[in-house]
Amino acid sequence: MLNIISNAKYNKDPISEQNVSISCVMNGRNVCVPISEDNTDYQAILEWAEEDGNEIQAAE
Amino acid sequence: MAVSRINEAGLNVNQYGNRNVIINGGFQIFQRATAATAQTDGNFLTADRWFGFVSGGGAYTTQKSTGNTGTISHDTAWKIDVTTADTSLAAGDYYSLVQKIEAQNLQQLAYGTSNAKTITLSFWVRATKTGTSCVCVTKNDTTQYNYVAEYTINASDTWEHKTITIEPNSDIKAASGAIVNDNGLGMQVTFVLAYGSNYTAGVNNTWNDSADFATTNQINHMDSTSNDFYLTGVQLEVGDTATDFEHRSFGDELARCQRYYFRIDADESYKRYANGVYYSTTAAETMIYLPVTMRAEPSFENTGTSTDYAFYDGTVRSISSNLALNAASDAGTMVISGTTSATTLGNGAIFLSNNNTNSFIAASAEL
Repeated sequence: MLNIISNAKYNKDPISEQNVSISCVMNGRNVCVPISEDNTDYQAILEWAEEDGNEIQAAE
Repeated sequence: MAVSRINEAGLNVNQYGNRNVIINGGFQIFQRATAATAQTDGNFLTADRWFGFVSGGGAYTTQKSTGNTGTISHDTAWKIDVTTADTSLAAGDYYSLVQKIEAQNLQQLAYGTSNAKTITLSFWVRATKTGTSCVCVTKNDTTQYNYVAEYTINASDTWEHKTITIEPNSDIKAASGAIVNDNGLGMQVTFVLAYGSNYTAGVNNTWNDSADFATTNQINHMDSTSNDFYLTGVQLEVGDTATDFEHRSFGDELARCQRYYFRIDADESYKRYANGVYYSTTAAETMIYLPVTMRAEPSFENTGTSTDYAFYDGTVRSISSNLALNAASDAGTMVISGTTSATTLGNGAIFLSNNNTNSFIAASAEL
C-alpha cells in the first residue's frame, strides 16, 4: 500500500527540548506519531522521508 | 474431595480457552465506526483489528452487520458492500480483507522447527457470488511464505461455514519458517475479494514464497454493485480440526482490541479526556492512562483541528496549536500537550472537547 503523508513536522518535548514526536496527516488520519521504532506509523514516516522531496519540518 | 489432577481425556476440547489467535473474529468490536465507510487502501476504518486492501477501479464499503444469530450463533458480522464495480481486473489490482497477528501470540505454532504445528482456519461466510474463493495465510517473519487455500461458496447470500487445515511444509519447519518472538508482525490472514493476475499464481493448499495470494480460480466479488460479502466467526487455532468458535465476553474482546487501538469519542460537548497541569503560562500537558498496555508506544489520533479541544483551568481555553505527544508517553500512557491563551503557571488543566461532540482522541499501535 502507498502511504499518503503530508504536513509532517517534529514536536519537541517542553522539558527535554528534544524531538519526541511527529505530527502529520497520514492516509487521512490526523496523527501525532512518537519517535519509536516499534510504531508502524513511524516506520511509514521514515520510509516516506527517504523519498526525494519529502521532508519532516523542524519543530517550532 | 480435593482434585489432585484433571483428566484431560474427560474434557471437551471446546472448553479450552485462548485457542483462537484471531482477535475480534466475531466482529463484536467497532471502535472507529459501525456505519458503512468507504475502504481506503490498507487502513483500519470500521471493525477493530481488521482492514481492507483496495487498489483498482472498484470500491467497497465495510460496516457492522447485526441480526445474524438465528442462523449462525453470531449476532455480529462484517459486511462488505461493493459500491463501484471492477469488471475487468488489471494485473496489479487487489481487493481483500485482512487481519495481522502479533508474532509473540504465535509461538505455540513452533514454526521454524521440526515440531511445527498444523493449524486450522474456520469461518462463516455469506456472499452474493457463488464459486471458488481463496483465503491466504501469510507467515511474515524471517522469510515470507503464503499458504493459499480455495473454498467454495455454494449458495448465494447464504451463510456457510468453511474449514481450512494448514500443514507446515519443509520450509515452515526450517529456520526460514521461524516467527520471531516479539511484538512485530508474525502472520496475516487475507480473505480475497478479487486479485489481478500478478497475485493469482498460487496453487491450492500449497505454500509459496512469492507474492501469490490466490489461485486463478478466484471469482471476482467486485464485479457488480449488487455484490455483498459477509464474514464472521473467524478462528485460527493449533490442530487439524476446527473446534467450536471461542466466544469471548465483550469486555475480553474489547481489551484485546485495545492493545492495538483505543478511542474515546466526545459523547457530550465538554467531554473530559485527561487531567494535567500548566507547565508554562501558555502551555499545558495532560496524561491519559491507557486501559491496557499497548503493543507499542501509540500514535495519538485527533480531528486535526486544535480548536476542537481545550484545556480547562477554571476557564475554558481553546488549544491554539501544538496538540502533540510529549516524551513521557509510552505503551501505557499518552502525555498530550498544547498551547492556549495565557493563564497562571502551575494551574490545573483538564483536557476536554471544546463545545463539540465530533471530537475524539485515540491511541493507535496497529501492526
